[in-house]
Amino acid sequence: MKKLRRSMLFLPAANAAMLSTSFVYKPDSIMFDLEDAVSIKEKDAARLLVAQTLQLPIYKESGIETVVRINALNTPFGLKDLEAVVRAGVDVVRLPMTNSAEDIHELEQHVERIEKECGRPVGSTKLMAAIESALGVVNAVSIAKSSPRLIGIALAAFDYLVDMQTERGDGTELFYARCAVLHAARVAKIDAFDVVYSNVNDDAGFLNEVNLAKKLGFNGKSLINPRQIELLHNAYAPTAEEVEYSKKVVEAAEEGEKAGLGVISLNGKMIDAPIIARARTIIELAAVSGVRKAI
Amino acid sequence: MTTCTNNNIEAIKAQQPDLNNLVPFTGANTTTPYLNDPVAKHTRKLCQTIEEAIKKCELRDGMTISFHHAFREGDKVINKVIETISNMGIKDLTLASSSLLSCNTPLIQHIKNGVVTQIYTSGMRGELADAISHGLMEKPVHIHSHGGRVKLIQSGEINIDVAFLAVSTTDEMGNANGVSGKSQCGSLGYAMVDAQFAKKVVLLTEDFVTYPNNPASIRQDQVDYIVKIDEVGDPTKISVGAARITSNPRELMIARYAADVIEHSGYFKDGFSIQTGSGASSTAATRFLENRMRDKNITASFALGGITASIVDLHEKGLVKRLLDTQSFDGTAGQSLGRNKDHIEVSTNVYANPASKGASVDELDIVILSALEIDLNFNVNVLTGSDGVMRGASGGHCDTATGANLTIIVAPLIRSRIPTLIEKVTTVVTPGESVDVLVTDHGIAVNPNRPEVAERLIAAGLPVMKIEDLYQRAISLTGKPMPIEFEDKIVGIVRYRDGSVIDVVRQVKD
Repeated sequence: MKKLRRSMLFLPAANAAMLSTSFVYKPDSIMFDLEDAVSIKEKDAARLLVAQTLQLPIYKESGIETVVRINALNTPFGLKDLEAVVRAGVDVVRLPMTNSAEDIHELEQHVERIEKECGRPVGSTKLMAAIESALGVVNAVSIAKSSPRLIGIALAAFDYLVDMQTERGDGTELFYARCAVLHAARVAKIDAFDVVYSNVNDDAGFLNEVNLAKKLGFNGKSLINPRQIELLHNAYAPTAEEVEYSKKVVEAAEEGEKAGLGVISLNGKMIDAPIIARARTIIELAAVSGVRKAI
Repeated sequence: MTTCTNNNIEAIKAQQPDLNNLVPFTGANTTTPYLNDPVAKHTRKLCQTIEEAIKKCELRDGMTISFHHAFREGDKVINKVIETISNMGIKDLTLASSSLLSCNTPLIQHIKNGVVTQIYTSGMRGELADAISHGLMEKPVHIHSHGGRVKLIQSGEINIDVAFLAVSTTDEMGNANGVSGKSQCGSLGYAMVDAQFAKKVVLLTEDFVTYPNNPASIRQDQVDYIVKIDEVGDPTKISVGAARITSNPRELMIARYAADVIEHSGYFKDGFSIQTGSGASSTAATRFLENRMRDKNITASFALGGITASIVDLHEKGLVKRLLDTQSFDGTAGQSLGRNKDHIEVSTNVYANPASKGASVDELDIVILSALEIDLNFNVNVLTGSDGVMRGASGGHCDTATGANLTIIVAPLIRSRIPTLIEKVTTVVTPGESVDVLVTDHGIAVNPNRPEVAERLIAAGLPVMKIEDLYQRAISLTGKPMPIEFEDKIVGIVRYRDGSVIDVVRQVKD
């Protein structure tokens, strides 16, 4: 099954206690944040901590994808961050404020050079782009298609909404950007991540937004509190009924195939290839995440 | 009026030499003179000041005084009474409070000035604990469990001369409770024992109510004197510290694992019983049980112990039939005790005394307890921190651990940079033989003497690991901690619930 990327947990990279043990929350990806979550005077210490953490065998064994949000390359820290984390074996580098395909091209040139220098297989460092501006949203398709290293693009709301001269509300303000980023990801066949939900004490509000993102088609969401992981995974888990139905679809498809039937039907309804593919995906997802529970 | 004269007494003695202690009648109220005074009849127990009560109890140097700690960090009585005693010049007392907390820092000066020279307590925290751990006292402190305290009292080792008991209301005769009036602490489970055994009992109350007060957790026939004071305690501080509510993701995750363990342990059956100890994860586990109970159509017959708001919530939703409450861990629990007829107050004698004729812990199916440290033999330390300083309490830990059919310890594998799971605990409070399952944020370990529990948890897909592997995980993240350096001097004696010595605490090296 394709790598699941439902949950991407943000961790402030200067917090050693969080870094050393946060894999226990079992998000699909952990993003160590060297950018906004780290004050200027702690940039160097945080970079060292992240580099050490990435080399802990336990992170590799946990199967959690490691992502580092580096500082922008036009800051004094960006390139140092990149040098450190590529050498330390990070899975994915996240570039903040990606406005164009050129930003990614610049990044991947540096990544390739560092990979060669440190003996890491060229191409093994994956990238993701954070879209945080109107320009980035407008250029989303070209950004998403800019590099084979890209595994996904993420919408980041805070700077984008400042740029758009508006603020967080019922979701209307993000509707276009969400759709644009999502379409770009689908065109490029990479993953798409929805914005963070910052009120960590509002589970109901969080779940509303998760359900909206899921319905639109996002692979997952960026998270700022580990408590949100289970809620999110559960919301993305198929229901017992969906799993039951999917099993019947797959059974019917297999029987139809044996019998050499061109058109297969289940309970009087025709089932075609996309329905069968969707059913298989649901069964695979249930095997990983279980079925949806009342929490 | 017919009276029995001295002649009659002499005649009895002559005919029945064994009956030589009989005395002649000398008036209706020879032993109850206050009944001759219509005012004294109602006010004979009342004292204007704490000092007056102390004088009437004839408290002297070398005696033993006791208190309860139901107000926990909000207690306003212990420090006040001891200060009064100090001002009266009484010295060399044994202090037998059911426990001591951070709010008892002022006791340091009364230990230094010789007012208190020996302490029996379930535990201690804060500056007092720090000072004692660094050798403040000549005699070591005896640390007992809640059940073990009653046994020590019964055996006479703790021989309470005067018990000073905070209550929120009483009537003029001393029928008192903690569920009415302004500052309610809820259950008076500890105080009930002191009222039963102390030679003199002084109530400190905020309020008087009309006779007879109901319920009477402490009864009129147990009470000698009553003093009204402005404030006995601050109920909002009961749930500060150990008995807190958490939103910490790590503690909640451990709590969820604990609920998973309960669900699949084999003990999650209709009519089961449970206790959740203090500590954030332990308390929080309750909230994760609700859906599991509903899904499986299971209700609990009773919940025991320190009762919390979340347990009360399950009770009021009909999921837990009865609550046996020896200590109310928050205001909600205290109010419920006053309101819900199946929320029942029990003394610590009933709760956990191994020498009582029946302790409720013996009926327990499941208990969830916390730990400061746990070791590879499942021994648990809830008393000393990783620096060797006392910062916790024995509480009902070893009482419930051995009584319950399934004892679950919940703890983060690592606290900041210090592992909780270590080779050997600094201080043994509960022996590993009483502990069945350790639940951490990194995985679950089952005591090898409970293979059937391990099998069930593995079958349910829970992350069960060998305790040695969990230990290696901890060490791989933190490194191996340096051993704590101690002096030879023993500053604390840890008494197991049966009174035996299970461990000692030595003075921390500066």
